[in-house]
Amino acid sequence: MFEAYILNLLILIGIYIILGVSLNLVLGFTGLINLGHIALFGIGAYTSALLAGIGLPFFVAFFAAGLISGLFGFALIFATRKLKGDYFALATLGFAFVTYSLMLNLQELTRGPLGIAGISKPSIFGLALTNNISYFVFVYLVVVLTVIAIYSIVKSPFGKLLHAARNDEIGLRVLGKNTNKIKFKVMAVSGFFAGIAGSLFAHYISFIDPSSFYITEIILILSIVIVGGIASIQGTIAGTILIFLIPEILRFFDLPSGVLGASRQIIYAVILIGILLYKPRGLFGRIDLE
Amino acid sequence: MKNVILEIKNVSKNFGGVKALDEASLEIEKGKIIAVIGPNGSGKSTMFNVISGLYRVNGGEIYFNRNRVDGMADFDIANLGISRTFQEVRLFKNLTIRDHLEIALSTEDEKMFKSVFIGEIEKEKKIREILELVGLDKSLKTEAINLSYGQRKLLDLAVAFAKKHDLLMLDEPVAGINPELRKNIKGILKKLKKSGETILLIEHDMNFVMDIADNVYVLDHGKVIASGKPKQIQKNKKVLEAYLGE
Repeated sequence: MFEAYILNLLILIGIYIILGVSLNLVLGFTGLINLGHIALFGIGAYTSALLAGIGLPFFVAFFAAGLISGLFGFALIFATRKLKGDYFALATLGFAFVTYSLMLNLQELTRGPLGIAGISKPSIFGLALTNNISYFVFVYLVVVLTVIAIYSIVKSPFGKLLHAARNDEIGLRVLGKNTNKIKFKVMAVSGFFAGIAGSLFAHYISFIDPSSFYITEIILILSIVIVGGIASIQGTIAGTILIFLIPEILRFFDLPSGVLGASRQIIYAVILIGILLYKPRGLFGRIDLE
Repeated sequence: MKNVILEIKNVSKNFGGVKALDEASLEIEKGKIIAVIGPNGSGKSTMFNVISGLYRVNGGEIYFNRNRVDGMADFDIANLGISRTFQEVRLFKNLTIRDHLEIALSTEDEKMFKSVFIGEIEKEKKIREILELVGLDKSLKTEAINLSYGQRKLLDLAVAFAKKHDLLMLDEPVAGINPELRKNIKGILKKLKKSGETILLIEHDMNFVMDIADNVYVLDHGKVIASGKPKQIQKNKKVLEAYLGE
């Protein structure tokens, strides 16, 4: 019983590490406050669930989830390429609202508020990941590959351009760098990883509905990035573990479920306020939150 | 025959009702240092911004190496061979000296997959040469945020110089720095002139440009009120009235 609980927690931590590092790529490293990341996660989850539902192999559904979310990430930045700072954040928040609304209202496709149930457990090359141990191994394989991929990007010469674009976009453009193209690429990559996180989530929980991708959920991912530290991958990993573990303490108090949910939100808020006041760079960040 | 590298023909730029540039014309020959001087608000920085594509012109034409550049994107203009600095130093504060120069020297870093899988050609030698030229003696690992104002000015100059260019545009390179550094920067400009660089220089201080500029253009209220050799400009009555208030 306790083993299953730990495994469940670790799998969710793994999925949110992917979601957190992919958000940090755009938010921390590039300075794009993308509040629509939760929608890209949701699009990945629905894509994977729907494709698996029509009988496509898991791997196809999994990669399609990444590609479709990546495409939406690209479309989102293309549409908002002229917006900066708060305006960009607001536009991406709008995207998250619209996506949620579509998930809710395109009932023929998404089954609306009823959600999609019975999402199949994945099978890879004939090996069915039906138990949580095998799924845990698979999730962490994807986590490792995601972290390596994003680390390689941010440490590459291209990654330096991301830092530079965050610091001073005009300064970079007069050096002959097309900052729009840089942002298109980075949002597509971030969307891709948010999409595969969505696929992992859908096939793990085996039920998705729009409420999992509502705008309030972005607060959790933002908290992970801020607590861990802007533009820090190890920070995001530590932030995810911390953000998931601290509210778990509540389980040892016999609280009614209504109180438990609200208490989690209060704990996130307290952690965020504490970080902003006393450690504005987060646990591992080297850059001030601006 | 004159080898004109940059030609500005009757360029106007308005901000609402304010004419920041009013049919201003200017040309730069290859290998020359041209200074644009004028009082505050005369349109000097606006001229730099229209040349580098940060502002769209309201009228007139700009040609660089015979390409019409007004209306082109700022990064495309930069890639044609214009490198510039700003009045306020614009560095990437969380990046190191090495990062700055690598970005300026690279033409391949925008290719994400190539950049991740292949990386970049080693640029150590070139970086050392540029830093030696500007006299910035700091560890390459120093982040821009940890440099003094004077050192940031030097790095800014190094970055503009490192970027592939045919024309170097420097916006007040000695503004707000101590006399010793001012002398050093003047020395750098003289070295660049000797090596055949083409430089367009904005300067507030007329005395600074007198012995380094080949030609001087004087702007006032967005208009070119005089142009010529520095010595002619120094004696020009219109210039003394508008610029020096005499």
